[in-house]
Amino acid sequence: MAVYGLMAEFEEPGALLHAAERAYASGYRKLDAYSPMPIHGLAEAIGFTRTAVSPIVLVGGILGCISGFTLCWWMAAVAYPHVVAGRPFNSWPMWIPITFELTVLFASLTSLLAMLGLNRLPQPYHPVFNVPAFARASTDRFFLCIEAVDPVFDAEGTWKFLETLNPTSVAEVEP
Amino acid sequence: MSPIDAKTGREYWRSLEELADTEEFRKFVDDEFPTRSAEWLHQPNRREILRLMGASFALAGVTACTKQPPERIVPYVKQPEGVTPGKPLFFATAMPLNGYGLGVLGESHLGRPTKVEGNPDHPGSLGGSTAIAQASVLGLYDPDRSQTTIYRGRISGWGKFIAAMGMVRAEQLLSKGAGLRILTGTVTSPTLAAQLDEVLKTFPSARWYQYQPVHGPKADVSPVYRFDKADVVLSLDSDFLASIPGSPRYARDFISRRRLTEGQSTMSRLYVFEPTPSITGSVADHRFPVRASELDGQAKAIAAAIGLPVGAASYKHADAIARDLKAHHGASIVIAGDWQPASLHRLAHAMNEALGNIGNTVVYTDSIEARSEDHVASIKELTGEMNAGKVEALLILGGNPVYDAPADLNFGDALSKVPFRTHLGLYNDETSEKCDWHVNEAHYLEAWSDIRAYDGTATILQPLTDPLYGGKTAHEVLATLTENPDQTSHDIIQAYWRGRHTAEDFDAFWEKTLNAGVVPDTAAKPAQPPKGTSETQYAAALNPSTMELIFRPDPFIWDGQFANNGWLQELPKPHSRLTWDNPALISLGTAQRNSLQNGDIVELDFGGRKLRVPVWIQPGQVDDCVTMHLGFGRRRTGKVGDGVGFNAYELRTSDAPWGGPGLRIQKTDGRHVLATTQDHHAMEGRNIVRSATLEEYKADPKFALKASEEEFQARSLFPSFEYNGYKWGMAIDQNACIGCGACVSACTAENNIPIVGKDQVSRGREMHWIRVDRYYAGDPANPESLAQPMLCQMCETAPCELVCPVAATVHSTEGLNQMVYNRCVGTRYCSNNCPYKVRRFNFYLYSDWYTESLFGLRNPEVTVRSRGVMEKCTYCVQRINAVKIEAEKADRRVHEGEIVTACQQACPTQAITFGDMNDQNSRVAKWKALPLNYTVLGELNAKPRTTYLAKVKNPNPEIAQG
Amino acid sequence: MTSDPVETQLTVHDPDGPVVAPGHSYESITEKIGAIVITLRTPRHWWIGAGIAFLVVNMLMTAIAWLFWRGVGIWGVNVPIAWGFAIVNFVWWIGIGHAGTLISAILLLLKQDWRTSINRFAEAMTLFAVACAGMFPVLHLGRPQVFFWLFPYPNTMGLWPQPRSPLLWDVFAVSTYGTVSLIFWYIGLIPDVASLRDRAPQMWKKRVFGILALGWRGSARHWFRYEIAYLLLAGLATPLVVSVHTVVSFDFAVSMVPGWHTTIFPPYFVAGAIYSGFAMTLTLAIPLRKFYHLEDFITMRHLQNMGKVMLATGMIVAYGYSMEAFFAYYSSDKFELFMFKNRTTGPYGPFYGLLILFNILIPQLLWSKRVRSSIPALFIMSLVVNTGMWLERFVIVITSLHRDFMPSAWGMYYPTKWDIMTYIGTLGFFSFAFYLFVRLLPAISMFEMRDLIDKKAGKQVVH
Repeated sequence: MAVYGLMAEFEEPGALLHAAERAYASGYRKLDAYSPMPIHGLAEAIGFTRTAVSPIVLVGGILGCISGFTLCWWMAAVAYPHVVAGRPFNSWPMWIPITFELTVLFASLTSLLAMLGLNRLPQPYHPVFNVPAFARASTDRFFLCIEAVDPVFDAEGTWKFLETLNPTSVAEVEP
Repeated sequence: MSPIDAKTGREYWRSLEELADTEEFRKFVDDEFPTRSAEWLHQPNRREILRLMGASFALAGVTACTKQPPERIVPYVKQPEGVTPGKPLFFATAMPLNGYGLGVLGESHLGRPTKVEGNPDHPGSLGGSTAIAQASVLGLYDPDRSQTTIYRGRISGWGKFIAAMGMVRAEQLLSKGAGLRILTGTVTSPTLAAQLDEVLKTFPSARWYQYQPVHGPKADVSPVYRFDKADVVLSLDSDFLASIPGSPRYARDFISRRRLTEGQSTMSRLYVFEPTPSITGSVADHRFPVRASELDGQAKAIAAAIGLPVGAASYKHADAIARDLKAHHGASIVIAGDWQPASLHRLAHAMNEALGNIGNTVVYTDSIEARSEDHVASIKELTGEMNAGKVEALLILGGNPVYDAPADLNFGDALSKVPFRTHLGLYNDETSEKCDWHVNEAHYLEAWSDIRAYDGTATILQPLTDPLYGGKTAHEVLATLTENPDQTSHDIIQAYWRGRHTAEDFDAFWEKTLNAGVVPDTAAKPAQPPKGTSETQYAAALNPSTMELIFRPDPFIWDGQFANNGWLQELPKPHSRLTWDNPALISLGTAQRNSLQNGDIVELDFGGRKLRVPVWIQPGQVDDCVTMHLGFGRRRTGKVGDGVGFNAYELRTSDAPWGGPGLRIQKTDGRHVLATTQDHHAMEGRNIVRSATLEEYKADPKFALKASEEEFQARSLFPSFEYNGYKWGMAIDQNACIGCGACVSACTAENNIPIVGKDQVSRGREMHWIRVDRYYAGDPANPESLAQPMLCQMCETAPCELVCPVAATVHSTEGLNQMVYNRCVGTRYCSNNCPYKVRRFNFYLYSDWYTESLFGLRNPEVTVRSRGVMEKCTYCVQRINAVKIEAEKADRRVHEGEIVTACQQACPTQAITFGDMNDQNSRVAKWKALPLNYTVLGELNAKPRTTYLAKVKNPNPEIAQG
Repeated sequence: MTSDPVETQLTVHDPDGPVVAPGHSYESITEKIGAIVITLRTPRHWWIGAGIAFLVVNMLMTAIAWLFWRGVGIWGVNVPIAWGFAIVNFVWWIGIGHAGTLISAILLLLKQDWRTSINRFAEAMTLFAVACAGMFPVLHLGRPQVFFWLFPYPNTMGLWPQPRSPLLWDVFAVSTYGTVSLIFWYIGLIPDVASLRDRAPQMWKKRVFGILALGWRGSARHWFRYEIAYLLLAGLATPLVVSVHTVVSFDFAVSMVPGWHTTIFPPYFVAGAIYSGFAMTLTLAIPLRKFYHLEDFITMRHLQNMGKVMLATGMIVAYGYSMEAFFAYYSSDKFELFMFKNRTTGPYGPFYGLLILFNILIPQLLWSKRVRSSIPALFIMSLVVNTGMWLERFVIVITSLHRDFMPSAWGMYYPTKWDIMTYIGTLGFFSFAFYLFVRLLPAISMFEMRDLIDKKAGKQVVH
């Protein structure tokens, strides 16, 4: 395939949002929007509404909780049982602090890993960086990219379509 | 509430430190982060010095290897014959102090003496011992001990010395020994006495003098007291529980009439008149602080009240005391202190006579000492002869007269006038320095000798090891004056006893004697009591207008001979809990009048002799009397003792050996840091030591348990752990504890406890596993004084264990709170959470890992701890396990009394008992069942295994205590 | 969180002034903050300050080396006062850390948009404070070389830690806290280092920031997951920060030492932590905004709000003190009663007086708007509170220990020069780390600032 996709550049978040909605409405599905800060509703506008981050973190938290309690119980009652201050081997109320801490630790780690993983980060190379104007995507420019893999994509038609969104410019994205 | 709580009338005063708002406190308030002397390498503390000694010692090329002596020595009867590696042997011998012997058993690990215990078969010990005896084993290994014969500062040899003595002998034989003089301490050794006789026969014009700094007045017959028979005891400044020959036995006998553990309902009563607090005074039912000069008058007042023909001003309590004494005709004791003049001893004797005690509670025997005399007079005469140039050859057998002779005699200068002077001593000390010959003496644990106990019973000393440095005994030195100069003391001793032994089989006798530690029926025979005492003219009472100075031997350093013994230096004094020092003890009144605070340096001016010393405000000290303890300020003893404290001998003159009036004190602007291990002596209304009078106890035997803690005992969120096998526990009878410190010393020896030095003690880092707390209640001038041994309480719900993050301290299934040194990372949380503060922490590498000679001293059963780990009392777990292993081999349970902890074994009064609480017949179980039994800080519900029996005193209802 | 006009109105017309000075564009913000890192010359005051801090770090290293050589005996600790400066400093530093997490997590959940411009360096402060705090429990060990025995790891001896001990809870709490703070901080940094990557003039800087940015490109999908993860982390960090100081307070509360064994400790320690934390944030923010001319982003509004938080938490701490006194009286427990008497009038009484003055009386001035709006006053106030909170920990640790149950074992604590050097040393370590941070990373979150002015300007389309 010749190009990765076509990219329109905007100056205002609002414009990008409108553009994204219009593009989605006109049947484009394989598209993505880029902005220097989170724009609320933008992901929804391109039809991205659900992510698995939260459930993964929940699982991580539960794992942490279980391992925390098991660790304490196992250390004090199974692996190294000793009479300590006349307490029972499994004096469970005293396991709670460590259980809690491990819950938080596991959940936090999974939230980091889930976010990066689902975002396919770290990613050393990505075609959008081939567009010179894209350097400002992390400062004050907003981009909409319709990818060539989109069934509705066709070089001329899509270019024209993007023109109609009155962007500051439209560019081809080298693969 | 216990009586102490209840008595609202008597308010507990706060620590004198705070009361006085000392420099430290003000300094603290002034700057935000006050620091004491900082930590730099070039400020070596005592321990580092000990370490330095290691180097010098190693250079000397001597190792700690010890071997049993060539002669046959006989193990103590209760031990298996022959050496089994890993099993200690015990050998009966005796520790000499002041010429008298205390029967001890030396513990030997493969020929290494590591500990001494009292000999149960010895009348002077009955198994008990003293702090000094317990620490004496360190003296054997002291790397600073003199290690060779020295001639004029150069290393010489025994052979050369014999040759030199041969010449002396030849010369003196011509003049019948006109120029020969011998100076010894008190001699009770039968063999040495016989040798002296022989020498004096050979040299008719030779003279034998005796001097030791601590000695009573001349007595042709010696009294032996039977405190177990005495209902009433009147002590005229006698510290008979702690500092006279036979004290351990006397303490045992006396306490047997005081304890309420075996169902007794009566107690003896003790009156003490004394100017400065003593062990005996602290257990008295009535302690009367009197100026030394007034003692005589008050004694007379009581004597008069008894009916003796002495004219005396009456005195407020005299009649009451006299009535009490008379009410117990033939069952009372009047005893005068060794430091009191002969006149007072005669008066005491007269009172005993009048009270019908002679033959009942006071038995007179032939003098135990080979020749009893006034030591001060004796050395005075010798000095006179030396100055007169009459002395050509002087043998100083032991002792250190240049250091401790009366200052006015200038013994040192006189000595240098003697052409031939030789000194036998454990240390190359002040006296050796002035003699041209110095012979290194053998420590008693490496020597053959014999000695008598307080009652005359003789013991043959057998060495546990060959002399480490080939030391010699007085016998051997004296033998050099005879035809065959090169005899071993073994042969000398054996020859003497062979001569005395009439029966057939000497070898059997010898075996039996060595093995038992006492020579059968050698106790002194009863003698006629001195006659006509009651007519004697008593010395007139001194005029108590000026301040008075009092000399006393230090409770542990004694007359100075133990100055280089770190264990004794660091052992807290019974009352002040001071270490490494001997400040002048003054009363609170004296302090306020002279605006003095602890540590202020004053100049004492006693008859023109001046000494600058720091002061210590001692509750119970009588006003205007200043007490100086002897034995400190040594110049030449070793790296531990040199320069520690202040030399009181500089003030001590032949006319006032125990002090007297005419003292002037002048405050200087100097300060001196004093290292005490307890700077707060008030109980703050916490019923830690619970006490009552006998009446109160009879009215309510459970007085000690009135406190609300039992209800706590039941409560716990968790089910408590079941101890089905052994259940170790300890009970301490505070009625029996006299606070002598023997337990602390014994624990130090048993458990390889390091000394940390004065600087570290002053920072609160002493390492003793057991301590004897001293609490005061009531009037500072004459407070109630309570001693409490405090060691790990082995709490069943131990607060220390809960907080250890690495399980370095956990409970055993027998209820021991165990410390796992190797696992400890040193968070010190356990110490913070210990309500009793009995845990000790190695802030530095306190154990001496470098001084080779000290390796031999260590108890091989106990870990030598390293830096950064916590440690504490283990109930002597090594002893518990040794016994358990035996029991398991025999497939039986451990018997009651089989396991004896070090503190328990050392205690002269058997105040401590240990055993299996699950065994209902065990002594500990019985004690814990007594109504007197209580738990310190029981309301914390830590369920300690160590409990205490409340203290009961027996005051005279007639005398209202202030 | 879509901004509603009402909130916008409120924040724009806030009596305390705006959270961002007007007239800033995406570009200007990014430039102003980013330039410090990538283009501007390192200012002289940075070299001077960082240099001094570095010297102090070397003093710390000396003190630590000596500690390892000679042993913990070089400090003033003893029996009964087996915990000294080390634990005081540990609690103090941990407390300071807490404000960072609070600002970035709790204020985020509470939608306090004024947090935006201070959360980044507040989080950095947390990290460095936790690092300082973490040193002490290790250094104060008798055998610091085996500190790792506190971690549960399989070993040939089959030994395991003892999970009933609050110290073990500490190990887990503090290490978790450190880790989570780092994650939170780094996640926040990703979009900003991406901006720096795109703006950096030199290639090597692009590379470095490129690696740190993990290839971030601001895709809508990424932002979507990113914000969920960020919110979740905030939600996790909030109970965590509370639990950490609770566990720290357990070190004392779980023991039976009078003056430690108190149920009020957890809440009152957490409040105290936030108190000292905000004080430290002020101590850092005021010079930072001055030297780097960030007055537009760290406005009076921020300073005033922090003053208000200090006032509030200070009152909670005051309540804690009064409850201690009340418990002592109401329990009528003789040990508690004595402890309080001794704490207030004993040999260390003057410290208690100072701490009341510093933590309760002086901060009352914050009621006055004039004080709240005077930068020097706020700065001094922040230092006073920092000192006061240090004194609080000193009083709790030392005066409780030095006279507990057995009068015979009472003692005094005198810190040595090594105690003081170690404490000052960690201050140096903290400032040095902070100097490096402001030089090498954006001290203010750029993407959140963009988001902020965006909202302020009401640019976003409202659905």
